[in-house]
Amino acid sequence: MTAQPPVNSLRSLPDETGHFGQFGGRYVAETLMPLILDLEKEYRRAQGDPAFQAEFDDLLKNFVGRPSPLYPAPRITEHFRALAPEGKGPKIYFKREDLNHTGAHKINNCVGQILLAMRMGKTRIIAETGAGQHGVATATVAARFGLPCVIFMGAKDVERQKPNVFRMKLLGAEVHAVTSGAETLKDAMNEALRDWVANVHDTFYIIGTAAGPHPYPELVRDFQSVIGNETKAQILEAEGRLPDMLVAAVGGGSNAIGMFHPFLDDPDVAMVGIEAAGHGIETGEHAASLAGGKPGILHGNKTYLLQDEDGQITEAHSISAGLDYPGLGPEHSWLHESGRVRYVPITDDQALEAFQLCCALEGIIPALESAHALAALPQLTAEMDEDKILVVNVSGRGDKDIFTVAEALGFEL
Amino acid sequence: MTRFETAFAKGPALVCFITGGDGDTAANLDALVAGGADVIELGMPFTDPMADGMAIQEANLRSFAAGTKTADIFAIATGFRARHPNVPLVLMGYANPMTIRGSEWFADECAKAGVDGVICVDIPPEEDAEIGPALRAKGVSLIRLATPTTDTARLPAVLEGSSGFLYYVSVAGITGQQQAAQSSIEEAVARLKAAATIPVAVGFGVRTPEQAAAIARVADGVVVGSALVDLVKQHGKDAPGPLQALTSALAQAVHSAR
Repeated sequence: MTAQPPVNSLRSLPDETGHFGQFGGRYVAETLMPLILDLEKEYRRAQGDPAFQAEFDDLLKNFVGRPSPLYPAPRITEHFRALAPEGKGPKIYFKREDLNHTGAHKINNCVGQILLAMRMGKTRIIAETGAGQHGVATATVAARFGLPCVIFMGAKDVERQKPNVFRMKLLGAEVHAVTSGAETLKDAMNEALRDWVANVHDTFYIIGTAAGPHPYPELVRDFQSVIGNETKAQILEAEGRLPDMLVAAVGGGSNAIGMFHPFLDDPDVAMVGIEAAGHGIETGEHAASLAGGKPGILHGNKTYLLQDEDGQITEAHSISAGLDYPGLGPEHSWLHESGRVRYVPITDDQALEAFQLCCALEGIIPALESAHALAALPQLTAEMDEDKILVVNVSGRGDKDIFTVAEALGFEL
Repeated sequence: MTRFETAFAKGPALVCFITGGDGDTAANLDALVAGGADVIELGMPFTDPMADGMAIQEANLRSFAAGTKTADIFAIATGFRARHPNVPLVLMGYANPMTIRGSEWFADECAKAGVDGVICVDIPPEEDAEIGPALRAKGVSLIRLATPTTDTARLPAVLEGSSGFLYYVSVAGITGQQQAAQSSIEEAVARLKAAATIPVAVGFGVRTPEQAAAIARVADGVVVGSALVDLVKQHGKDAPGPLQALTSALAQAVHSAR
């Protein structure tokens, strides 16, 4: 999608075998392997095809509503400046992915993948979803292109994300409630893989985050890089320079990698990924695979995972259904180990507080995922001079989360 | 001769799978051998068995509920080898439990426990470095899967570095579902046998002696799993009797197929 990066670039991975250092790879059953190889070939052809890029760009502009604004958030900026030590408190911008069609960044990737599905002649779409944002985005592009669509969603998530379940059904998708395991995102992904392996001949699996077997982490990242590319152009126009820090929430990590990747070779741009610490890392009830996990193999890739000493995967916990996954994309594992990106855990309570603050100060109801990124602002802004610039990726809007937040805050709806 | 070579030299072999730690595994394995199983596959439970249908998913959950750890699987294997010095034993499972302590550790434990081969569902030839070299260094066979999507161009890569036998997954799908049409199995087995120097066993969806016999007429081995696991679910501690009865019927069908 972008020009070839220079030698020694941090943007040149994955290598030809799909690895980011020791992470990534193609750990799939043999049945899927030929399809994964076909997908990679087709993606390479698409990358070299100006018509593919033109159609992608056109859909992002006219269907998704891009570019999304880069919004200077004045009252949040003032708020944290007042709390910070003298002379500290940077200018804060929001990248408004919440304003996209379907309400989150997920649609960017879905547009790209459905175009690949059409190129490959696939006639049926499947996807997994946690919060339901990726399920809605997938159902949306499937409707737009007239393909039948099945969404796998953990039964627990079906319960806590009812509005999105109804949206998917309105869009013509079949929502399959998965009752195995903890009934959340991990189990939905297992079930989607089981469906895929039985229907490889006609089915395209639109993976929702920058994880899974190669080439998914790469192509999802590339489709989401529109976030970082736009941010770069917008901040240069607004401020005449690059930002000093980028902040984004990391579940699987697609909004974060899309924001970060175009800036990886800009050494003065610091990057912070926010992991969901649930009830706190020390409680063991969290979804912070970097802070509380170790490298392992799951769902087609090697990456940091929450697991026990036998390599059995442990359940994640987060108030945010979109972050409730015991792993993250392999490029984040690599960026963590290389030290290029710093990863910080944020608890449910911190996210809830930031959620309310953003509503009250900026008139923006953020997704609980994005609220995790916002919740890191107290600690991050206290360390930064007031002439610095910080960009938060507001990856989605929080309408879907109002029931969860109401329950957490003790409101009856 | 290796245990695999001996087992497959007698004509079509019956390969029986059960999940380790689900019920009284030692007694269940003995029942499979007593019934006439030629090769044993012992499932290592995993929290996320992406290639398995409901029967084996539930067997994994029962095993975890009983507190099964990786050490217990190796203890089961060690006990089996002491009781059955000549029956080939294969561990079947997923990459993460096999590699979490390093593939050398895993290969070493396999060798010490008398495990003859390993099937790792989610390590394709492309990721062989993750487990293959360590197993081969310890003389443990890496048994690879071929599937309906494995075309002729890809087959040499699947066979490279694999030994013991080649496991043909007869349907694109998960374990315990429908069986493939006999004609497609025959066509695939002929293609695989033309390329392979090791025996070809066929599995996925095989439940009855009739199905097993039909496959044994063309293949070197027949793998039965979910049907046996269902008996463990149904009979719990009393599973050895029914397991031996079904295995015996399957073995008779397989061994007299030609």
